[in-house]
Order: sequence, then C-alpha cells, then structure tokens
Amino acid sequence: MTSRRFNKLATRIGFWVLVAVVLIYAIFPFYYAVITSLKPSSELFSVSYWLDSLDFSNYAQIFSQSSFVRAIFNSILVSISVVAIALLLGITASYALGRVRFRGRTTVMLVVLGVSMFPQVAVLSGLFEVIRGLGLYNNPAGLILSYTIFTLPFTVWVLTTFMKQLPQELEEAAIMDGATPWVTITKVFLPLMWPAMATTGLLAFIAAWNEFLFALTFTLSDHQRTVPVAIALISGGSQHELPWGPIMAASVTVTVPLVVLVMIFQKRIVSGLTAGAVKG
Amino acid sequence: MASVTLDKINKVFGRDHIIKGIDLSIGDGEFVVFVGPSGCGKSTLLRLIAGLESITEGELRIAGDVVNDLPPRERGVGMVFQSYALYPHMTVYENMAFGLKLAKEGSETIKERVMATARILQLEDLLHRKPKALSGGQRQRVAMGRAMAREPRILLFDEPLSNLDASLRVQMRNEIARLHQRLGSTVIYVTHDQVEAMTLADKIVVLRNGSIEQVGSPQELYQRPATRFVAGFIGSPTMNFMPAELLGGDAEGCRVSAPGLGKLALPQDANGQGAGAKLTLGVRPEHLRLAEAEGNNRFEIVNVEYLGNEVYVYLEPKAGDTLLIHRSEAPSHWSIGQRVALVPDLEHVHLFDAHDRALGIAKRSRAA
Repeated sequence: MTSRRFNKLATRIGFWVLVAVVLIYAIFPFYYAVITSLKPSSELFSVSYWLDSLDFSNYAQIFSQSSFVRAIFNSILVSISVVAIALLLGITASYALGRVRFRGRTTVMLVVLGVSMFPQVAVLSGLFEVIRGLGLYNNPAGLILSYTIFTLPFTVWVLTTFMKQLPQELEEAAIMDGATPWVTITKVFLPLMWPAMATTGLLAFIAAWNEFLFALTFTLSDHQRTVPVAIALISGGSQHELPWGPIMAASVTVTVPLVVLVMIFQKRIVSGLTAGAVKG
Repeated sequence: MASVTLDKINKVFGRDHIIKGIDLSIGDGEFVVFVGPSGCGKSTLLRLIAGLESITEGELRIAGDVVNDLPPRERGVGMVFQSYALYPHMTVYENMAFGLKLAKEGSETIKERVMATARILQLEDLLHRKPKALSGGQRQRVAMGRAMAREPRILLFDEPLSNLDASLRVQMRNEIARLHQRLGSTVIYVTHDQVEAMTLADKIVVLRNGSIEQVGSPQELYQRPATRFVAGFIGSPTMNFMPAELLGGDAEGCRVSAPGLGKLALPQDANGQGAGAKLTLGVRPEHLRLAEAEGNNRFEIVNVEYLGNEVYVYLEPKAGDTLLIHRSEAPSHWSIGQRVALVPDLEHVHLFDAHDRALGIAKRSRAA
C-alpha cells in the first residue's frame, strides 16, 4: 500500500520535473533575451539571472532610429498583405478544389503540394530575376509576392481539406436559396471556416514576419527592409563591438506581437489543426 | 402552386444510365411520393426537378414552362434535405430569411413572410436560437420553414424523416400531411419507407432501376399492383408468393394449380396464355385463412409472433424458400408445430406471369 503510494508520488514528481525541464529549455533563451535587453550596456557582460534594475535605454535607442521603426512598419505591411492575399486566394482555390468536380483536380492538388517542396535557396536566384523583371526589386511588393508563393500551398491544402468536410447538402441548400458560388463562399462557408482560417492565417503571418533570406536578398535600402534584416544589420560603435543590448531589445519587440497573436487564437489553432482528425 | 410534367427524362452519369426515360405528370396541389429501394433513382429524379443535377435528355415543365436550363432559384422550388442542412451559424430567423434576402425582398416583406411561416410551423418561440440548440423535430420544422418561406410553387422533400426516431417520425408525418391539407401546395416527396408513402401520398410513384414501375393512388397500388415488384414492395408484412401453373382460362377467369393449395378458380384473365404457363401466385398475409389440415394442403407452423393487436403465423412453404406469413387479429389459438391448411381469399389473390406482370381481371368476371 505504502509502496504504491510512493510510486504514485514519484511518478508525479517525475512528471513535473520533466515539465520544468521542457519549460526552461523552451523559455530560458527568451527570458535571457528580455533580461539582457533591460540592462544598461555597462552591466552586459556580468552574468546574472535576475533583473536588478529596469533600464529602458536599449529600447529608447532602437526606437530613436527611424530605420528600425520603418522596418517594423514594413514587416507589418508585408505580413498582413501576405495573410490577406493568401486567405483570399486560398478560400477561392479551396472552393474550386474541394467543391467543384473537374478533371485533373488531384493533379492540381499534387502540383500545389510539389511547389512547397522546393527549399527557398533553390528558387532564390530564379525568383530574384523574376522580381527584377517585374520591377519589384527593393520594394515590399516583391517580398509580398515571394512570401505568398511559399505560403499558398499550405493555405490551400488546409482550407481544401476543411472545405471538403463541410456537408454537400449545406451548399445545395444555399443553391436552392438562390445563392451564387460567391455568396455561398462568403455567407455560408466563411463563417464556418474561421478555425481553419485563423490557423493558416497565423502561420502565414509568422512565416512572413520571421523570413530573413528573401528579405535580405530582395531589398537594398534601409527604408525598405523588414525587421529580421534590420536586426541583423544593427551595428555597434566599432567593427569589433556587437551591440547586444539593442539587438535583444529589438528581438523582444518583434516577438511580442507573435506571442499576443498566438494567445488570442490559440484555441482556434488547435481546433483548426485537428479538424478532420476526428469526426464531429 | 403549379403542375409538373416530366417528358422522357433521362439522366446519365458517365456510363451509368440512372434515370431511364421517365414520363410523369403531377397535378397542381398534388402530394406525390417517389418510393423505391435504395439506388432506384428516386433521389436523383428529385434533384433533377430541383435543378441540382442537369437533365441529360428530355423535357421538364413546371406550370407549362420548360425549365431544363433554369437554375433552382428561378424554378420556384423549395427543398427540404435529409440532413436538414440548416446554416449552423445563423439563427432560425436568419435561416428562414436567407433565401428572401438573396431574392432582394424588402425587409418588411421578409419579416412578414418569416413570421407567417414561423406561425404555421409553431417556430415563433425558437426564432432566436441556433440550430444546435434545437431538437431533431424542431430542426426538421425549421428546414421546412426555410423551404416554405420563399413561397415556392413546389415543395420537394428528400427523405426528410429518416433521421428522426420512430415516434417522432409518426408525429412529423402527421404534421406534413396536415400542412399539405392547409397550404394545398404541390409536394414531391422521396422516401424508401412504404408506410410514409402510403399515408402521405395522393399519388405514389414506385421506381425501380431508374424506371417507373407503377403510378397510382395508395389504394390502387395495394389492391391492384401492376407488377410482382410493386406487390412485394407495398404492404407490411410483405405479400406471400408461391409458384403456380395455369390450367386453362376463359372469359370468366382462369384456373390455376399451386402446390399445397390445390386447384383454384380465379377471376383473372389468362391473357392468351396456354395451359401449362408458369405463373406466380401472390396473396397478402391478411387474405389467407388457416383451417384444419386436409389432404395435400398441409403446412407446418414454424413460428408465431404475437404483436399485441395482431398475430403473425409463419408457415413452411411447399415450394420456394421464403416463409409464408399469415396475419390475423389477436388472440390466436395457433401454435408452433401445428399442421394447417391454407385457404386464400379468392377475391384478393394476385397472379403474375413469367415476366412478373400482373394479370388483369377478366371482363365478364368484373361485370359480375
């Protein structure tokens, strides 16, 4: 009896120790970044895990640089545009792929999936030529275009899977009520697809917000850069000095919106990702 | 309200010929039921009328106008789906108003029509609920309300009661019947349940493999089934069939011999068939009488089912493998293992030829 109780207790302790390890592993880097960003540069290299005083000079410094503020604005513009375009195209494409019967539907789906198999680096130079040819070099529109290319396959697949699960009779009921396909999509399907849209939209937003390679390649001037590139290019007083304080302050600044978004949509993301796994 | 005419309607899906040249006319205000086993094409036929499927060949007319190429909303039809297919994110009111809004009706008209429909269907207290907060019967009524709110000329029902439990089904069946009496609208109703068909229909259309087997009133189908299929499909428990042989016929009827029953003189016209022709004799469970066994007419009772108000007695057939059923009012003194004679009510015996078509009643016999 006692040994069983002991076992139970040990299992419980073991479980929480494991949780603590995972938590520390996941959160400690971010925690350390937050602490570092709040220290004056003089204390930067003394190791301490607690915050002794609050010092916002790093934040003041990065926000006083107009190029950083501009980079945040660019990131927001690009990310939101990518999400909007991807969802619009994704919803309409998923209606066609999930609802309309036509020859070669499976082929189209596989091609869409195939596109997402190419690594970014593989298409970088080709895409560079395309963007220059379209006159979008050093322009946020070029980033929006290239991010949308990489976001759409996932968006289309998730939304198509979701759309296929909506009952056929629901669409037919709308047709009997006199709805055109566009009305059916916007008035009947859209309200039912919020979980899937929140999931795909948020993932598209995160991908666009974090993207570095294209942003570095397709932009030239400070004025057109997005945040990840801007952070990487923050430089100190001399060649041999890395300004850790401002870099950490900038990193924390751009992470917060993502954390907030994930928290807002967290329930919907779960229901969106597991949709179709279980019926009901 | 309007009449519907189907003129040689055909539907082909790829290589499958689903609907094979159907001719049918449905009168204004009639309640027509399409019935048949699954896969007979009854739902497809309904969807062709609704406009959810395109007609491969033939002409569909509503109130005299050809509507083959009109979309559903311009045909003036409303449809109730098997799964109800209510819009889950809209309230009952919004569900019923959706079609009217799309038709660009004024908000006053919309409100008036929805309220009037809700009153008829007793949905007034539920208007602000979402479908998930409704019971099965209530959802069913909302689905009907949505179909009716636009005041369609024809109401279509696609197996509307099959998702309800038995007692609710009987109740909704009644409501639909009363609703039809009150509104007098043309209704086309699809079901696989012959009880629903019998109780609701002015006219039953029995379908089989994409063709019409018989069209008629419930009485006609029950009393004079045109084919063996209809005879077996309508009526519960199902009609008893046994092989028989034609002995001879004249203007007053014919004589047949059936194993176990002996020689019978029936009022049917032999229809030019000679002696020795193979026939099928059909008789409903309630048109059989059991008597003391005599001679060769000797059947063994293998089971007795007591249903409270009536009793089914199952008998071992002389030929064929399906048990014969006898139905009578309770109580019954028959018991398992007894040997009895079968006496069919000659007025109600059906005869089918080798092609399963029913033989008609002879002229002279009918006059008498």
